[in-house]
Formats: sequence, structure tokens, C-alpha cells
Amino acid sequence: MGRSAYRQPKWDRVRWGSGEARLLAVAVVFVLAAAGLVRAASAPPLSPQALEDRVREIGSDLRCVVCQNLSVADSPSDLAKEMRNLIRELVEQGKSRQEIEDYFVSRYGEFVLLAPPKHGFNLLVWVLPFLALAIGAGGVYLVARRWAARPVEGSAPVDPAYLDRVRRELHEREDGTA
Amino acid sequence: MSWKKALIPLATLPVILLLAYGFRTDPKSIPSPLVRKEAPNFRIAVYDGAELSLASLRGKPVIVNFWASWCFPACYEEAPLMEATWRKYKDQGLLMVGVVIQDKEPNAREFMRRFDYSFPNGPDPGSKISIDFGVYGVPETFFIDRKGRIAYKHVGALVPELMEAQIQALLKG
Repeated sequence: MGRSAYRQPKWDRVRWGSGEARLLAVAVVFVLAAAGLVRAASAPPLSPQALEDRVREIGSDLRCVVCQNLSVADSPSDLAKEMRNLIRELVEQGKSRQEIEDYFVSRYGEFVLLAPPKHGFNLLVWVLPFLALAIGAGGVYLVARRWAARPVEGSAPVDPAYLDRVRRELHEREDGTA
Repeated sequence: MSWKKALIPLATLPVILLLAYGFRTDPKSIPSPLVRKEAPNFRIAVYDGAELSLASLRGKPVIVNFWASWCFPACYEEAPLMEATWRKYKDQGLLMVGVVIQDKEPNAREFMRRFDYSFPNGPDPGSKISIDFGVYGVPETFFIDRKGRIAYKHVGALVPELMEAQIQALLKG
């Protein structure tokens, strides 16, 4: 076997800034990156139960587009079943939850998300109920405080003749029933 | 009227505006995010034909019609128009592809026989093409321009005037 054309670098003479040092740095970064990729690719596959849990978790955030307010996870419709199958495939390909949701949003729009995203006009849905509650509570507090501060009116004096008449009639009634 | 009394009608104003917006919006009309974007590519095994890919049709206007034999009456209403349009425009470079959704092959073939379909149609196993096109019902029709972009999406049965206007726009573009 002939001599290899590859030139062994003289490691004791490698210095930063030299071409060989830069080559070495690039090689180290490359090897580390490759190792990371290999580890990601060789991540243990999800168990069948874990995979189904993941599909259900992602499907429960997506709207079944042919149903009335049912999630992809809960709907018995054929299209929802096919969507679950697609989610399963994408999970098996290593796609993240966000990537899968983004895919469905790119096809169906934000309508496909059961919970409207918290930005833009949709923010009203999230903020308005709490705002209305706070304004209502503030109103109730102000009215209650005003009522509590109102002076209690004294009772009007009773006509003594009227009081006498009531007492007399009460006596007569008691005598009548005794 | 004091400013306190004016508060009550003022407070109802945002609610009225919100309701006005809600009632003026058709909840069934959901704009497709795919319109004016590149149509997703697909490969379809056409009944009694070779495999067809949308990418291979680039440069020609294409109509992609999603239908099913169980879709009654809308698919039955538009079927004669689909076939008539195909026969009228196929020599002008227009292409039409039917994607059959969640259907049994004999039923789909019976539908095609009934309406004398002569343009390519094929099944969509796993509804992958349908999901990729954001389809949520049948019939739905996509008008794809020569550059491969979705120019218009129609939900429901097509009518002649609309079909004609869309095809003219596609042929001009």
C-alpha cells in the first residue's frame, strides 16, 4: 500500500490564527453539530401510548373543520380521523406541536385553532370579559359606598290618636277571640 | 344631561359595535389563507389513467374540483357544468382535475358515468390533498393560474356565470 497523500498536521506547532488551527476549530464544531444531529435523529421513538397521548394533546387544540365546536381529538367524523392520522405521521417525523399547528393554520387559517390566538383583534375575546368584570365590580363598589354613606332617616312621629285606635282595636279583637 | 348619565349609552356603544360586526359577518365564510399563494403540489392516481402531478401542469390554468358521490345535491348540481366547461375550454389549454374525497370507488365511478366525466379524476387516500388545500366540505373548487398560484377558491356548487368569469380571468392571466 502506497503512502497516503494526507498530510498529518504537526499538532505541537498548531497556533490560533494559523490555517490549521482554524481548520481544527471548524472540524470540532462540525463533529459536535453532527453528534447533536445524530442524537436528535436517534431519539427513542415514542411508545404507542405516548404517541396517542401526543396526537390527542395536539388534536384537542385543533378544530374539527366539519363539526360544530368539536376538536379534532374528540370528533368521530372521517375528516377529523384523517387529520389525527396526519398529526400522528407528523409527530413520528419529529415535528413539534408548534410546527404541526402552524401547518394546519397555513391551510385552514386561525379558524382551525379552538382557542383564538392572543393577538390583534382576537385579544378582545381574552381581555373584554375581565375588563367588563372589573368595570362592573367598580360600579357596584361605588354605588354601595354611596348607599352606605347616606344618612338613615328617622322614623316619622306617629299620631297618638291613631296609635290609641290601633291599641283599642287590638284589645277588642283579643277579647272577641278569648 | 350630565356626563354621568351619558356614561350609560356610551358604555353600550362598544357592545353595539361588536354585535354589529358579528352579525354582519357570515360565520360560514372563512377566507382561505391559500388564496393568492402557491397551490400545494399533489400527485393523484387518476381512475383508469396515469399518475398526475399538479407541478407538471405548471404554465397552464388548472381547475381543481373536490367532490364526492355522497355529496348531494351540491355535487350533482354542479357536475354537468364541470363537464361542459371541460369540453368547452380543454382546447384552449385549460386543465381540470377532480379529487374524490372519502368515497367508495364504485360509487365515484358511477357518478362519473352518470355525468359522462371525461376529465381526469382520482381518489384522495388519507384525505392528504384535501387537508393540504384546507378543504372542509364538498364541493370546493380551486382556480389555479399559470404561475401555479390559487387565484380563487369557491365553496359550494359552482354556477355558470361565476365559472365563466373565473376562467376568463385565468385564461387572460
